[in-house]
Amino acid sequence: MSPRIADVWVYLSASPLLGLTLTLVAYQAAYWIYQRANFNPLLNPVLLAIAMLVTALTLTGTPYATYFDGAQFVHFLLGPATVALAVPLYLQFERLKKLALPLAISLIAGSVTAIGSAVGIAWLLGAADATMLSLAPKSVTAPIAMGIAEKLGGIPSLTAVLVIMTGVSGAMMAKFVLDALRITDHGVRGFAVGIAAHGIGTARAFQVSEQAGAFAGLGMGLNGLVTAMLMPLLLWLWRSF
Amino acid sequence: MLGALTLLLVYQLVGEVIVQFTRLPVPGPVVGLLLLFLTLCIRGALAEPLRDTANGILQHLSLLFVPAGVGVMVHFARISGEWLPIIVAVLVSTALAIAVSALVMKALMRGASEEGAESGTQGGGEGGA
Repeated sequence: MSPRIADVWVYLSASPLLGLTLTLVAYQAAYWIYQRANFNPLLNPVLLAIAMLVTALTLTGTPYATYFDGAQFVHFLLGPATVALAVPLYLQFERLKKLALPLAISLIAGSVTAIGSAVGIAWLLGAADATMLSLAPKSVTAPIAMGIAEKLGGIPSLTAVLVIMTGVSGAMMAKFVLDALRITDHGVRGFAVGIAAHGIGTARAFQVSEQAGAFAGLGMGLNGLVTAMLMPLLLWLWRSF
Repeated sequence: MLGALTLLLVYQLVGEVIVQFTRLPVPGPVVGLLLLFLTLCIRGALAEPLRDTANGILQHLSLLFVPAGVGVMVHFARISGEWLPIIVAVLVSTALAIAVSALVMKALMRGASEEGAESGTQGGGEGGA
């Protein structure tokens, strides 16, 4: 019997079907746990699904590239999903218009805090130069962050991983930080999470309410723009000390 | 559903083309987002299929980050070499960024809400906070 199972495995592991199916199964299992736990942010479904998949791939000795051949179909949907953020944004437009100035100022404050504190802490703890530069754009959505890291002299693929770590940790911590600060408004909560924890934070915000999600999507998009523009300036300031 | 999905892809495509031509430091889908938002503002209406499709995709937004996240496995070695600065920087800086953005926004809204009567709906219980 066992040679036939091995043949089936060889066949399946070469096809994109396995990576795609595994991704959907792992995510739905993770989401089921998350739902069962009353959407407790500590059981973040992205984190759980990643942990399951990394374990499965490591145990079967499957390289990431093979897995991604199948998983890329899910990954691809990030593009249209980003465009789709225009819809909740439009539905919150009346409120956004009234809050234009507070939004703009807190965006810049949050963006500078995210960059400055990441680089500062890494520097204090003796991180290498390339690591600090890879950390700088960590709060921004992955494609923008990787572009910035490359221009600064960081390592783009390391930045991609740091971006995911930031998103997951932001989605997990946001509730506790915002509750401790007694921030009750869903717009404010969502906007802060979107600035600090990009798409993964935005996904969490949508699970809480549509308003939080819309503001998070706005924070994510705007912080991408602001970070891309601020970074060369901040780097110049840093270098001239 | 099919029409709405096609519309999203068309906006993404136009966004990508604009980025390629202008060399903007922004990904194509973000430009697509801005263009679709402008379109909706100009039209002043949102078709139901587009709303349903967008909600459907956004409901499972977190699924879409899983494939990239599994890429962590490729970087275990690099991260474990400098795990302390990396973990502390990511956790503390992310919490700080959330706190600063929210506090600044809340402080500024309190100033702004004095002129708007509607703010009562969102600031009702805030007197003692």
